[in-house]
Amino acid sequence: MSGKMKIATIVAGVAVVVVLTLVFPPFRTYQLATVGAYLCVTAGLTVLTGLNGQLSLGHGALMATGAYTLALSVNAGWPLTAAFAAALVVTTVIGGVVGLAAARLRGPYLAGLTLAVAVVVPAITSTFDGTFNSDQGLSVALEPPPGTVTVEQWQAWLAWGAALIVLVLLQLLIGGRFGRELKAVRDDETAARLAGVGVARTQVLAFVVSAACAGIGGALFAVLAQSVSPGAFPLSLSLFLVMAIVIGGLGSLAGAAWGAVLLVALPALAHTVTEGIDAQRLEGNLPLALFGVTLIVVMLAAPGGIAALRPFKRSPFKRSPFTKAGLRPLRKRSKA
Amino acid sequence: MKRLWSVLTVIALAAATTACSESGGGSGSSTPGVTDTEILIGTHMPLTGPAAAGYSKIAPASKAYFDYVNANGGVHGRKITYKIMDDTYNPATTQQVVRELVLQDKVFAVLNGLGTPTHTGVLDFLKTNRVPDLFVASGSRSWNQPDKYPGTFGFNVDYTVEGKILATHVKETQAGKKVCFLGQDDDFGKDSLAGIEKILGPVAAKQSYVTSNPNVGPQMGALKQAGCQVVMLATVPGFTALSIGTAAKIGFKPQFVVSQVGADLGTLTKSLGAAAPLTEGLISANYLPLATDPANPWIQLFTKVNTQYNAGAELDNNAVYGMSVAYLFVQSLQSAGKDLTRDGLIAAVEKGGFQGPGLVPVRFAKGDHSGYAGEQLSKVEGGKQIYFGTPYTTDDDAGAVTAYTTAPVAPPQNGIPAAS
Amino acid sequence: MFLTFDGLSRGAVYAAFALALVLIWRATRIVNFAQGAMAVATAYAGFEVSAATGSYWLGFAVAIAAGLILGAVTERVVMRFVDHSSPLNGVVVALGLVLVIQGGLGMIFGSEFRPAEAPFSRDAFTVGGVALLSRFDLFVFAAVGIVVVLLALLFTRTHTGLRMRAAAFAPDVSRLLGVNVSGMLTLGWALAAAVGSLAGMLVLPTELGLHPNAMDIVFVSSFTAAVVGGLDSAIGSVLGGLIVGLLLSYVSGYLGATVAPIAVLILLVVVLLGRPGGLFSRSAARTV
Repeated sequence: MSGKMKIATIVAGVAVVVVLTLVFPPFRTYQLATVGAYLCVTAGLTVLTGLNGQLSLGHGALMATGAYTLALSVNAGWPLTAAFAAALVVTTVIGGVVGLAAARLRGPYLAGLTLAVAVVVPAITSTFDGTFNSDQGLSVALEPPPGTVTVEQWQAWLAWGAALIVLVLLQLLIGGRFGRELKAVRDDETAARLAGVGVARTQVLAFVVSAACAGIGGALFAVLAQSVSPGAFPLSLSLFLVMAIVIGGLGSLAGAAWGAVLLVALPALAHTVTEGIDAQRLEGNLPLALFGVTLIVVMLAAPGGIAALRPFKRSPFKRSPFTKAGLRPLRKRSKA
Repeated sequence: MKRLWSVLTVIALAAATTACSESGGGSGSSTPGVTDTEILIGTHMPLTGPAAAGYSKIAPASKAYFDYVNANGGVHGRKITYKIMDDTYNPATTQQVVRELVLQDKVFAVLNGLGTPTHTGVLDFLKTNRVPDLFVASGSRSWNQPDKYPGTFGFNVDYTVEGKILATHVKETQAGKKVCFLGQDDDFGKDSLAGIEKILGPVAAKQSYVTSNPNVGPQMGALKQAGCQVVMLATVPGFTALSIGTAAKIGFKPQFVVSQVGADLGTLTKSLGAAAPLTEGLISANYLPLATDPANPWIQLFTKVNTQYNAGAELDNNAVYGMSVAYLFVQSLQSAGKDLTRDGLIAAVEKGGFQGPGLVPVRFAKGDHSGYAGEQLSKVEGGKQIYFGTPYTTDDDAGAVTAYTTAPVAPPQNGIPAAS
Repeated sequence: MFLTFDGLSRGAVYAAFALALVLIWRATRIVNFAQGAMAVATAYAGFEVSAATGSYWLGFAVAIAAGLILGAVTERVVMRFVDHSSPLNGVVVALGLVLVIQGGLGMIFGSEFRPAEAPFSRDAFTVGGVALLSRFDLFVFAAVGIVVVLLALLFTRTHTGLRMRAAAFAPDVSRLLGVNVSGMLTLGWALAAAVGSLAGMLVLPTELGLHPNAMDIVFVSSFTAAVVGGLDSAIGSVLGGLIVGLLLSYVSGYLGATVAPIAVLILLVVVLLGRPGGLFSRSAARTV
């Protein structure tokens, strides 16, 4: 599929979603909005982790950065667009700082550093509680949506509007020279360097791009929840984001979309499945266990993720260039 | 075409989940969640995760009491269905589950949603959708803002009121001693300390902890160094146990005075294990009868309900709390009358005048949405937590701490509040 | 002084736990995110037995044995079948395991904190009015010390240890030379999980007690410790554990508990910017 086709698909997909928000009941619309917000984050993360091979366990913290920036700017009286811009700028800067450190690190060391970033959020909000109001967080005073639009529709449109921009920009970025450099650095740093690719520069840039996406996603979460607090960005969020992109299909935007859907749908499904069972200790715990089993089974049965499953396989010989060239070298490096 | 195919499946999946889940909702009545035979309400609670300890028992106990009421004919012929959603104490999940309750299940009201950071996030949403938000399970003062949130009501004694009552006791009985404070690093700790300092003035030393770091060794070391003789704790049960245990470990044995939140003796005994005797002499306060007091008629009622409808779970103070919430809610429904509407329910709660298991009255009135008005002091003696003295009431401001001498009422014969 | 011993005693536990992570990392190139949950599961088993029999030591032995078994079973039933085309698959499967174990424990034991008894008094000896350390702390030091020495002996002095190292370092060559590589992997997992269980038994009595999530924070601190020390170095993980333990204790004592995670982040940044492979990395060995 050519780049133009892909962008057309993205636009068509988002258009369909927006149509859905007109017919869905409010709660489904809200879930769609959540998917859109997650999609911004997973799309950025899959570019970083899937295409550039950098594992980040700290994207929850970057989302928190975006969310708090939006909350503080909105509460300072800024219009929503300016608040989004502020969220974008601040997370880009923070992403640049983390990215500079990250570019020197590999594999689990990078994971360790980003993990420490993820757990630092509540510490920062309570150390500077004058600004961030500790565990309780801030509420976000939003203007009511224009005209007869319901709150949920307005939230969904914002989320999917942002997702559209993020996806199209990412697609343009990874479809071009930058995308090839990302993969070259991931597959073989020495070869990439010999070919004239700035390894460190590419890695930092990848981190910055993905941080900016996470910031936008986080800002959207602040809008959806109309509040921000450290409890909403726990370590498990960062881990779930990684799980989502791997299960969805690492390295492709379609995989990121699947991941975003799963983040919303799987817990809800697990809850629905177990709802009929009435026993105290099972409540909450059974969905958790089911969720875990699903993860393991999917990973063992379909290691390429959902996006790699294709019922209409046209030819057994035609494999996606990604699985052929992409995944194996990752292993090579990890063993080197 | 991979991408297009993916997108289409995603959409089909989303549409399918929507199609098969649009069966709920009320019918035959204009009020959401209310039919001629049923009232649907919901709550959010941590049932899993680190915050679930203790709290996960509250909602099932409430549910057990509703089942008891339902088995005896319900309220105005309507049975109460209580939908419990797990939010793992994560405010983002609370957002999701409360929206699901309100927008999809179309609950009549949200009852006893637990936690300050979690529930703060849904106040505006509940207000916009005009959902009654009754008896929030936390002692924050945020629930008492009738002008801003006309549908939200508290339940717990607020932390400042409690701080004032505990501090008054310390002032009377421990005069001249060095009083120090260890509190959770959020509103709970801050409001508590504010109440304490209103009575005692500045404390000699204060320390704080965060729930994500279960080691209070450094803090207790500092309090020992400061020569504290009385340590007032605004801690959750796990950290109360940890503080007492750690203090003993470094040979530090002050008088502990503990917030009701973290003083459930059953929980403390279990956490401390063999070190449980350390709780001897611990001072606390509460506003509900203690589960360990079998002579109390309310405990007798709750024990009966618990045995019949709570799957053999132990009746501890968390269960007593859950049932007291349910009792107050049934009282409110009775008072709201047969023609049940959301505005009618809120008006009925604002009318107040409820008498139930509490040792002090609930304060509900037109301009006051805060919960219980005060507490009675308790002390651990011979491995049992027992009340002493009279209950006290006060406000969260400069008001005096006064004794409340009206004797508590006994439960009605059949254990269900009568229609008024 | 008190802060130093408090920090060292927790650091010793982090060290043991980090060691378990290093064992698995060296053998399989997987960071076992399920380590904490596995340790909690075995500790539940241990304390159940202790409660039923009244013997702490029987429970202790059961917990360690359960660790061996759980580790082996995890490797044989789940980890073996993970597709290694991407290192992330192992991470995701381990995270799935965490959810299954925590959900399962919650279903069996409920979400309440259960007491975790210490075998020795936790009252500290005091010297000149200053509390130093307790019998339990001494037990922690001794247990961790013994484990470190035993593992060192195993890997350097025995044939089995040598085979395990060979199987991890060059699986194909080892297989040709007649080493039972898959058996060695299973053994590696079993040993690591047992060390994790030991760390769990040592740390739980000092914290809030048994709970499905009780080791989450210990895991984060220990992973940090392993990264600081260098994931390929056993000595590094032990020292890393002690450093992180001391840092947490000093910072909580002097600056406040809220600042501690920030201090850990700063430590990581400083160490990793200086030595991107941890303090004890063999320099340049990992560049391509």
